[in-house]
Amino acid sequence: MELTVENLGRALVLRVEGRLTMTAAGELKAAVDREVAAGNTLVVVDLADTTFLDSSGLGALVGGLRSARTAGGDLRIARAGAQVRTVLELTTMDRVLRPYDTVEAAADADL
Amino acid sequence: MRQFVLRCVVTVTLVLGLNYILWRWWDSVNWSAWWIAVPLVLAETYSFIDVALFGATMWRARNRPAPPAPADGLTVDVFVTTYDEPVDLVMRTAVAARDIRYPHRTWVLDDGSRPELAAAARAAGVGYLERSDDWTDRPRHAKAGNLNNALFATEGEFLLVLDADQIPSPEILDHTLGYFTDDQVALVQTPQFFTNVTEADPLGSQAPLFYGPIQQGKDGWNAAFFCGSNAMLRRDALMQLGLVGYVRDTERSVRDALLTSRRMLDRARRGAPDPAQAEVLREVRAAADDALTALDARQPLSEVTYGFQRRVDAISARVVARDVSSIQADLAAIAELPIARDDQIGALVVDETALARLAEREWSPLGAIESVQALVRAVDVDRGGEAQPVMPVATLSVTEDMATAMQLHALGWRTVYHHESLAHGLAPEDVGTMLTQRLRWAQGTMQVFLKQNPLRLRGLSTGQRLMYLATMWSYLSGFAAVVYLAAPVIFLCFGVLPVTAWSVDFFVRFIPFFLASQLLFAVAARGVKTWRGQQYALALFPVWIKATWTAAANVWFGRPLGFAVTPKVRDGAPTQQARLVWPQLTAMVVLVIAAVVGVIRASLGLSWWVGTAVNLVWVCYDLIVLSVVVQALRYRGYPGGQTAEEPAPTESAR
Repeated sequence: MELTVENLGRALVLRVEGRLTMTAAGELKAAVDREVAAGNTLVVVDLADTTFLDSSGLGALVGGLRSARTAGGDLRIARAGAQVRTVLELTTMDRVLRPYDTVEAAADADL
Repeated sequence: MRQFVLRCVVTVTLVLGLNYILWRWWDSVNWSAWWIAVPLVLAETYSFIDVALFGATMWRARNRPAPPAPADGLTVDVFVTTYDEPVDLVMRTAVAARDIRYPHRTWVLDDGSRPELAAAARAAGVGYLERSDDWTDRPRHAKAGNLNNALFATEGEFLLVLDADQIPSPEILDHTLGYFTDDQVALVQTPQFFTNVTEADPLGSQAPLFYGPIQQGKDGWNAAFFCGSNAMLRRDALMQLGLVGYVRDTERSVRDALLTSRRMLDRARRGAPDPAQAEVLREVRAAADDALTALDARQPLSEVTYGFQRRVDAISARVVARDVSSIQADLAAIAELPIARDDQIGALVVDETALARLAEREWSPLGAIESVQALVRAVDVDRGGEAQPVMPVATLSVTEDMATAMQLHALGWRTVYHHESLAHGLAPEDVGTMLTQRLRWAQGTMQVFLKQNPLRLRGLSTGQRLMYLATMWSYLSGFAAVVYLAAPVIFLCFGVLPVTAWSVDFFVRFIPFFLASQLLFAVAARGVKTWRGQQYALALFPVWIKATWTAAANVWFGRPLGFAVTPKVRDGAPTQQARLVWPQLTAMVVLVIAAVVGVIRASLGLSWWVGTAVNLVWVCYDLIVLSVVVQALRYRGYPGGQTAEEPAPTESAR
């Protein structure tokens, strides 16, 4: 997994490339924690280039959601592909996280 | 062929049993002595259903062929869970785990955070994990929490769970990993076998019927149970379970919190000192209304709660506290939100009555808003009250294993029972420890039964429902046992007949059923010894009753389970040990007295000899069954065992 960070100003975008599984989960969670601690509490995880996501990867997203919420912010996901959406449904996580179509829509969701 | 014979015996037993039970209900209840006649016929019906469920279990009993050899390169974590067992004992298991042949990583999961164990693990070259800081001041969830903590600190696709005293064989992974080639398989359970048990096994530690025909039967219905140790699990399945549970719990508690908030706000509004404040409260209530509407429209939870919190934040920012002191009392009440932890299972529970009380409280407007915020935040998607928002291993019961397997089944996963002893453990060596362990298992099972009834849980197949029901049903036997002990005493002492007649009608129906069910056990057991288990099923009646009673009080009324700490009375005086089984000893004395009284009454012509004879046989049976308690009391532990001085560890699950 490759993680790239981009600051949009109103939100921080984490782009996840490759497989988001248990091996990558820790790294993602750490990145979210780091950004939230630095004051970027609105985090958008861009899943466009995520080739595979499993329950453990999703667990890391929930962990990130928690860090962001505790700091008064939020974590949102954008551009989920078919495989990611299937996992969201399988775990019923689509009841918690809305997969936004674009990064901008995610960042501006509460405006 | 064997299965055909087994199915024939099952069918014959059930037909004969039904014939007997129907006759009992329609034609032979002595209604004039209903106070004993009805309990007896109910107890007999209970036993018939128990036999029927056993028959259903055996219907599909199967010997699995050996699984394919595992592929190379699978990643496996081996977890050795410990709480307070001696370091030597834990390390013996950890070293054996390290030496398992298939490549893997070994971890000691130390819930006791002992530096000396950490050092020993490091010296042996195995990993050491203790709870992260997140668990400080949060529910620990016993062994389930220990495993959940480790799941987020490791990465293997599969995990092997071992209790601290379960020494694995080097081939354990090679023989079990292959089952996971089927990507629907979530669990492979292997037997628990104890090495510190004598041939006679007076404490009934070995469970050859369970780790054999019963598990094989459950396996046939895709309902092999998870038993907490000596089992392989697929991480992804557990994580999925954790996520589904997280979503379910969060949705429910957010909804509850919003509904309570509305009640609080309405009340505060009625007592608001001026229209401006009332208006503010109305706005917050409107926000709660909108949030609930959005939930009903199935909008994502995080969006709903985020929007709600933001809106309330904005409203409350406009409110100026006119008199800060007026909200002091409110703030204190907020600090005591009715979301408490259950000490026994460590679960976060929303206390309904306290929640109602909170809603009935007189709030100042600002206090009401603050408490609404605090309430919703406490149950929000970040699950601030828990160490980890996602708990893969089920935490709803003191026995995490059964609940976990049942939820895996409900999600459509498969489980496997692999009938080969691949780990060897230590059993309790004294009555007190044994009783505590059985009580805990029974309580946990009943908790799951009452909280998540397998007959109603969505996603289970009919066969799976029956398999879970069979185990839960068997723990209700304590009540039937009391009736079986009381009925002959009542006849022998007072001549009261629960049955209209012990006549030919009775014998021609009862004896064939009784013989057929004994035959069923014999055929199903395939030569393993089941008598000890049969004795304990009846002889531990006080334990089963206590377990059912405390679990019901816990689930329905939020009472603590009242966990008995394992009494360390092993070296204590015999009287101390005997006190643990006083109901059984009392029952034995009463049975003997009743037998003597019965013989005297019969010889004086006060009672009918056939009835007396039947009841004397019955008393003998009861006494033989209960005598296991005396054997257990006389047991002085496994001779020559290394653990002779140490009480055997059984509470690694704590």
